[in-house]
Amino acid sequence: MRALISLTFLSLILTACGSQPPAPEQDPSGVESRSPGALKADTAPVGRTQPDSFDPNSIAALKDPRSPLSKRSVYFDYDSFIVKDEFQALLGAHGKFLTTNKKMKMLIQGNADERGSREYNLALGQKRADAVRKSLSMQGVAEDQIEAVSLGEEKPACLESSEECWARNRRGDMLYSGEF
Amino acid sequence: MMKSQAYALVCATGLALCSFAAQAQLTIEITGAGANRLPVAIADFTGERVVSQALVSVIRADLDRSGLFKLVDAGAPLADSATPLFEDLKARGADAVVGGSVAGAAGGRHETRVRLSDVLKQTSLGNPAYLHNSGQLRATAHRIADFIYEKLTGEPGVFSTRIAYVVKSPGRYELKIADADGSNDQAALASREPIISPTWSPDGSKLAYVSFEAKKPVVYVHDLASGRRHVAANFKGSNSAPAWSPDGKQLAVVLTKDGSSQLYLVNADGSGVKRVANSPGIDTEPRWSPDGQFIYFTSDRGGSPQIYRIQISGGAAGPAERVTFDGSYNVTPRPAPDGKSLAYITRNGGRFQLALMDLATKQALILTDSAKDESPSFAPNGRMILYATEIGGRGVLAAVSSDGRVKQKLSVQAADVREPAWGPLVR
Repeated sequence: MRALISLTFLSLILTACGSQPPAPEQDPSGVESRSPGALKADTAPVGRTQPDSFDPNSIAALKDPRSPLSKRSVYFDYDSFIVKDEFQALLGAHGKFLTTNKKMKMLIQGNADERGSREYNLALGQKRADAVRKSLSMQGVAEDQIEAVSLGEEKPACLESSEECWARNRRGDMLYSGEF
Repeated sequence: MMKSQAYALVCATGLALCSFAAQAQLTIEITGAGANRLPVAIADFTGERVVSQALVSVIRADLDRSGLFKLVDAGAPLADSATPLFEDLKARGADAVVGGSVAGAAGGRHETRVRLSDVLKQTSLGNPAYLHNSGQLRATAHRIADFIYEKLTGEPGVFSTRIAYVVKSPGRYELKIADADGSNDQAALASREPIISPTWSPDGSKLAYVSFEAKKPVVYVHDLASGRRHVAANFKGSNSAPAWSPDGKQLAVVLTKDGSSQLYLVNADGSGVKRVANSPGIDTEPRWSPDGQFIYFTSDRGGSPQIYRIQISGGAAGPAERVTFDGSYNVTPRPAPDGKSLAYITRNGGRFQLALMDLATKQALILTDSAKDESPSFAPNGRMILYATEIGGRGVLAAVSSDGRVKQKLSVQAADVREPAWGPLVR
């Protein structure tokens, strides 16, 4: 089990530090299921076999579903670029992580819903990415650790033309080194 | 999984390698025609039968598609050297007639001679000759159609021009170049990531565009003959909305390296970046006026997105002047080739529609009845405006004449088409 855990950590670190194109998101439970010893724990919830305690600012925490760092999206209201109160704690956790791990870099990708001009929507997505960037800067994250960019309306998380869908597309996503 | 990673790597390092065979080409459907179409008879040409049939069918299709002509049956084949049966043609309702002959020429080539005549005045309007090989039939026919169009309307024809557009199919984006009639489509670039905002250099040799292959928007300049490309703008943050200066030496681009989306100029090779305008919010979608005096752009500096322009000639940029006032969303300015009008997208009761403003009187006219219009692009003679819209949830291209009468739909079967850009006149 110990070897398995270190392997999981190693693969995470490799993923995090590699300069190769991003690998698909690593799922610790997926790695775990390859272990014959884990077959008995078939019905165990995801994360059950992870260490009982973890360092909240460790690189492993980025993928740990128990850590706020595993949450990477900030959602915005229509025509709004203000980080809502409900996301302040999340950005606080990411800010703490970045000030602790100064070698880690973050790409913030802003997004917009599909309505209207593609280039104007690119600029709206940039404003959302910038709002996230400024919030992290205020916490003392170095400028060279973060880059705010926009994907505009080009990478929708949701494809339907509905208010619910558009709301999911008005967001900023945080990607760490190795994920972009 | 390894396979898909390896594929991604190949795509990232050499995008051209990702090209597959061309898919279905763009087909054009005429959905509206001009009110007073000029009746013209294009007779079958004499001489080499296969060649002349191929030429005449393309010439007829070009003129018909323009919406400005009504094709009249000429009755019999007509050589360029023969005198047309004017009385008969007049009885058939033709105002003009085209005859031609195709003869063999040295090196397996063909010489096609054409004569355009005024039926009412019974005079010749021109008798050009074209030397071409069998692989140049469509190109030759487009040149003949351009000659006829220009003689009869007084404006240059655009049948020999090319268009660029982006086709999106699942997991794949292709930047395509095709003839103005949709034929001969070729992929200039294929990528797994979005490609937006293609725009032609004034000489038609290059395209500037925005690609997201680096997980962020980066502006490239792509040479079409060699297939080579270089980065024109890749600064920290987003790089987008390229626009060529009329002399082809500079690009206006939108960068976020100093904060919000702002206008900059760079040389076409990517050197010498300099800021053009300052606003606290968004400035984007720059486009030069054809005389190089102004840059039109979209800005939210007044609270809602509106179109502004700044004087750019003579070094320092002047103060911004607001151009649109009606409504709360006016974006994507595209000055007409003659500089007298401006096409743009306006939000009209929840619908995004193509509008055209007379810049002298500031009178604006909505040209479409669709709801998701985007990215207008003028034909280089200013007669038609090509734009992207949506029909049945699928992206298509459409074109409308600047008087709103002639309408065409351009679509690719089972794929999304968007981001059209009409290339310059071929001289």
